[in-house]
Amino acid sequence: MVRNLNNSALDKHTHSGLTMGLDVGSTTAKIAVVKQGKLLFERYVRHFAKIRETLTGLVREAGKIIGKESFTAALSGSAGLGLANAAGIPFVQEVWATGEVIRQIEPDTSAVIELGGEDAKIIFFDGGCDERMNGTCAGGTGAFIDQMASLLDVTPDELDELSLQHKKLYPIASRCGVFAKTDVQPLLNQGASKADVAASIYQAVVNQTIAGLAQGRKIEGRVMFLGGPLYFCKGLRERFVETLKLTPENAIFPEYARIAVALGAALYSESASDRTWTVDSLLESIENAKIASTSARTEPLFRNQEEYRAFAERHAKATVDLVDIHDYSGNAYLGIDCGSTTTKLTLIGEDCRILYQYYSSNRGNPVEIVRAQLTEIYNLCGDRVNIVSSAVTGYGEELIRHALGVDHGIVETVAHYTAAKYFKPDVDFILDIGGQDIKCFRIRNGAVDSIMLNEACSSGCGSFIETFARSMSHTAEEFAKKGLFAEAPVNLGSRCTVFMNSQVKQSQKDGATVEDISAGLSQSVVKNAIYKVIRAHSPDELGQNIVVQGGTFLNDAVLRAFEREIGRDVIRPAIAGLMGAYGASLYAKDHVPAETNLISRENLISFTHTSKTTTCRGCTNNCLLTVNTFSGGERFISGNKCEKGLGMANANADVPNLHEYKRNLLLGMCPDKVPETVGKRGVIGFPMALGMFELLPLWHGIFEHLGFTTVISGNSSRRTYELGQFSIPSDTACYPAKIMHGHVERLVAMGVDTIFYPRLTWNIDEHASDNHYNCPVVAYYSELLRGNMDILRNKRFLYPYLSVNSKKELARGLFSELKPHYSDLTKAEVKKAVDAGFAEYDAYMDSIAKEGERAVAWAREHNKPIMILAGRPYHVDSEIGHGIDKLAVSLGFAVVSEDAVYRLADTPDVHVLNQWTYHSRLYRSAVFATQNKDVQLVQLVSFGCGVDAITTDEVKRILENERKYYTQIKIDEITNLGAVKIRLRSLAAVI
Amino acid sequence: MNTNYVQFTEEMKSTHTLLIPNMLPIHFRLVQRVLENAGYKTELLETHGPHIAETGLKYVHNDTCYPAILVIGQLIDALQSGKYDPHKCALLQFQTGGGCRASNYVSLLRKALINAGMDDVPVIPLGLSGIETHPGFPNSVPLFYRMAHAVLYGDLLMAIVNQVRPVEKNKGEAMALCNKWTDVLVKDLEHGINARRMRKNYRAIIRDFAKIPREDRKPVRVGVVGEIYVKFSPLGNNYLDDFLVSEGAEVVMPGLLDFFNYCVYNGIMDFELYHLGGAKHLMNRIAYKFLCAKQADMIAAIKEEGTFRPMTPFTHTVDLAKDFVGHGTKMGEGWLLVAEMIELADSGVMNIVCTQPFGCLPNHICGKGMMKPIKEKIPGANIVAIDYDAGASAVNQENRLKLMLSAARRNQDG
Repeated sequence: MVRNLNNSALDKHTHSGLTMGLDVGSTTAKIAVVKQGKLLFERYVRHFAKIRETLTGLVREAGKIIGKESFTAALSGSAGLGLANAAGIPFVQEVWATGEVIRQIEPDTSAVIELGGEDAKIIFFDGGCDERMNGTCAGGTGAFIDQMASLLDVTPDELDELSLQHKKLYPIASRCGVFAKTDVQPLLNQGASKADVAASIYQAVVNQTIAGLAQGRKIEGRVMFLGGPLYFCKGLRERFVETLKLTPENAIFPEYARIAVALGAALYSESASDRTWTVDSLLESIENAKIASTSARTEPLFRNQEEYRAFAERHAKATVDLVDIHDYSGNAYLGIDCGSTTTKLTLIGEDCRILYQYYSSNRGNPVEIVRAQLTEIYNLCGDRVNIVSSAVTGYGEELIRHALGVDHGIVETVAHYTAAKYFKPDVDFILDIGGQDIKCFRIRNGAVDSIMLNEACSSGCGSFIETFARSMSHTAEEFAKKGLFAEAPVNLGSRCTVFMNSQVKQSQKDGATVEDISAGLSQSVVKNAIYKVIRAHSPDELGQNIVVQGGTFLNDAVLRAFEREIGRDVIRPAIAGLMGAYGASLYAKDHVPAETNLISRENLISFTHTSKTTTCRGCTNNCLLTVNTFSGGERFISGNKCEKGLGMANANADVPNLHEYKRNLLLGMCPDKVPETVGKRGVIGFPMALGMFELLPLWHGIFEHLGFTTVISGNSSRRTYELGQFSIPSDTACYPAKIMHGHVERLVAMGVDTIFYPRLTWNIDEHASDNHYNCPVVAYYSELLRGNMDILRNKRFLYPYLSVNSKKELARGLFSELKPHYSDLTKAEVKKAVDAGFAEYDAYMDSIAKEGERAVAWAREHNKPIMILAGRPYHVDSEIGHGIDKLAVSLGFAVVSEDAVYRLADTPDVHVLNQWTYHSRLYRSAVFATQNKDVQLVQLVSFGCGVDAITTDEVKRILENERKYYTQIKIDEITNLGAVKIRLRSLAAVI
Repeated sequence: MNTNYVQFTEEMKSTHTLLIPNMLPIHFRLVQRVLENAGYKTELLETHGPHIAETGLKYVHNDTCYPAILVIGQLIDALQSGKYDPHKCALLQFQTGGGCRASNYVSLLRKALINAGMDDVPVIPLGLSGIETHPGFPNSVPLFYRMAHAVLYGDLLMAIVNQVRPVEKNKGEAMALCNKWTDVLVKDLEHGINARRMRKNYRAIIRDFAKIPREDRKPVRVGVVGEIYVKFSPLGNNYLDDFLVSEGAEVVMPGLLDFFNYCVYNGIMDFELYHLGGAKHLMNRIAYKFLCAKQADMIAAIKEEGTFRPMTPFTHTVDLAKDFVGHGTKMGEGWLLVAEMIELADSGVMNIVCTQPFGCLPNHICGKGMMKPIKEKIPGANIVAIDYDAGASAVNQENRLKLMLSAARRNQDG
């Protein structure tokens, strides 16, 4: 146990004797006892939110070594803050403590990377000490790895083992845990190998740390890696070393990595305070500390057992009869709901009673689960029961259908409505909270009238509670039960799970019990659904006859919290978790094929399933495909955005797609490399992002006229983003802005020395709105580029303030910007060039309008629905739009963009300040949708777009006032289209 | 723009109470008095607590900026509290224009009122870019003139209180004196504006505060900049002031007048860059000169008295931004935010908290986007960016502040 830290600096510092450092993080507690440079005692334990008990345990244990001797002590860590104040123990900030310890023990260190339970930190020592912590939105790290491990149904240790065997890496969104999860789940469902996913998860942590914390500052020299996760996970270390290109002698993983903060606190304690402690006095202080509760509390869910009993009895009424399959003979109907985290099956008989049911976590391989279940069902059926029809729904619908020959694949909304109707024929509102999704449908006149789904950002629903329960070493059920009778549930807010994590941390600090936290989480899930997803202001907006379902509602605490929040009783079927499967069974029963295609008992025995991944080269999207091969040679390919990857000819080649049209037009305007011969004034490059997606024709016209050779940075891909990722200072900016960095990198790599992206406070005035601003990000992003991209320093980066609403002003502005660099330039020349530029811009906008008209005419001629895929001009970028346009085409829509149709309608009476050019087009195209029966509007919203928080409600209001559907798709760096597909298919199903 | 807004009529002036959300504790009491002197019934909302954000989240899109959620939450909460008759209330909302989404606060407030079933409550936008007309509340130059003076007093009191608070021997003395002076000034404002009396008041204030017994120690100085609401409002920044003082630090907060001046200066820039707003631009130049002269008066008084550090003249602050960001970058706090950080560092305040609502668009560029260039040019700058949000926990914020303070103390010692 006794280990010499082997450094005289430490020795010097602790000359007087014994010191103790305690560190309480979000999930673990650490202790270090040091005497004269020797580490006498260390421990690293999980505290399961029982901070006081854990600490006293650690101190007692240390007491066996310390005995009666007196010592100095200090406390550190985010969860130790409250206790330190209350117990009168000196507090030391943990990053600072780390910095101190490294400064003394390893003075030649250049940088420290420390990952904790929920915080990530970087300390730079070279060239000015700089200590950084992750921002509010950057999610957890250690806790994130734990969550991901439970998603894969492995222990964190097993996850680590797996990662070492990986063959390839998948892109997983690295910004925040919730996003990453959205990428991981479909990968698992598509059959990607766990080893590859495990390593990809680690890579995401690495990218997040580097992009989010280093923010352009290079991590080089001797790098020290600290904290629990980096101490335990070999695979994570490997990813860091490889990504940072560190040589073995420069990547230091010290023995004391996981207790470094405690060690720092121990060192600090001497200088912090003269107060000395004995084991007994310290224990007394910790035990008697009165922690003032500052976090808000709410009413208990149930006041007493009586209330709970009444509640339970009321809900017990909504049941379906179960029949023992052994007592049944005749036809049966199989329903499968292959969800994101769980797989559900029901087999029903002629009278809709359930013969067999199954509900289980996917554990990463849904095909295997359904195969095993089907084998079981066939065994139970014997010769008495005959499965004559089958249907599957959910994320894994296509995979299962191809694997096992299921007869029908149905959209989730249809499945759920079918099931809800069975329980409540006059149901007018269905709320389904599943593992990863929240789905709400409003029913009007017997049809689904509007659909609301949660956004990628708030997707932590059921699985969030479950992983949280596990992290506190409870099963989800136990955890829920505890919440029922919590005395004072904590108020955890409703924003997103990452925020909830830190709220939980705060409440732990304030001494909240597991019970209070459980009840608080239930309330948060409910509030998130009501205020964020449904955006309801009063219960009446929901409906009179509400059916709630999904596995999460089996949790009585959630159900109670929901009824409380809306002040109304609702129906929760006893099979709340099976409603998708039950709906599929009912659907199968109503749609019996001549002969079922379901895999036979015999073929099931020899059934095999293998999957491998490959990159599609069909187009520039470079989709990562997962190829599943089943026995009998049946193949199923997933991960694709269009049909090309499936080896099919593009059947929809002649369907109008304005996004593609615009993309081709713009990307074809200038070359994306420097040509051999260039114009008299040399080369000028335009980064193809943000505002360039509309004004390129203007700048192209002007600069070509002035004798420049114009080039663009070309089409975006995930690679473009990664190229520039490391100079992004604000990770919560929108993806279209962040990808700008990659485009600038590309231009520089091409050898372009002059780069142009102007500052445009105002956009083109279309005289249809209160003002015509650009949003702050589009307007001024070049300021940020200049300040943060070192590669621009020895380039000519032109970013003048320009007005695009007066030819005279534009010419004046351009002339004064360019003249210093091009002395032969004349005013008359620039004036002419501006004329040429506007001519080109006008021609471009006209051609879009014409193509829009053609698209509408074509759709009507071919009897196809029209989708306005509305957003900003830059949403046509194939990386930012993720190929959603192609998906829409493959679902049978003719796709137009907002700028192709807005002229066809007048500006409506908008209830907000209509002051941005791009956004005012949204309102007008929404009006166009309301005026045409065959036109639907789908709004693309980039995550983090502050302006769209205003426009979305308005567009929705315009559409819904005229009884049109409003569909919103939030996009970010996430590449998974599963949720988008469900949304668009649901839309296609209701129109 | 909705043209069907409820007007605040002449009659309402006598029947309705104006509810004002409090953004700056010291300044707004003075501004309130200016309004009362002009014949309005007013109520300054000092409510706080988590229910305000919750009310806001209920009625405003949750991705909207935190200040909107708080201000609208506070107003709706007041109307629903039963303390006031909603039919006899009007809401006063401070409003800047420009390309930031903050220019939508009034629209969002009206939408919230509709959803709360109180759409007959008039909302008066108070700002320089008024497009609406309210017969009972003309956005008049004389009113702004008087308000500007109230703001000057507010800036002086704030600057001095901040310097005394961390070192006062008897805790609470500076705040008490500030309250006393506010009462005096409130009365004083009834007599209209008089430049000589103002200068006299400045000196009297400074001398009074100079008498407060103070400890002989140099506290770590921490500058606070950021988005205008979360920078100033304790409700918005979880009582940042109090926290920093409790840690023994001195808060250095650039005044509200600078923000006024920034808005005016942007009008001048619009003309210089794009030749926009011909006649208005002359007005702006006059207003700019006037405000700078008024600030110079105050600075002179502080300098002559000698006890306290004066604020930096705005004319100097303006110059500091230009190596980092252009003066045409004007949405939100725009270039001012950058200029204030440099100004602080320039005057020796190397520790800076940059407060911002989570996801604030202009701050991507002028806040977080400028950290790297600032740290490169000013190596000792110890800047921490703190996000404020309904879901952000105070413990995370405090922990980051503590990190900044630890480094600050190390730099002070070393």
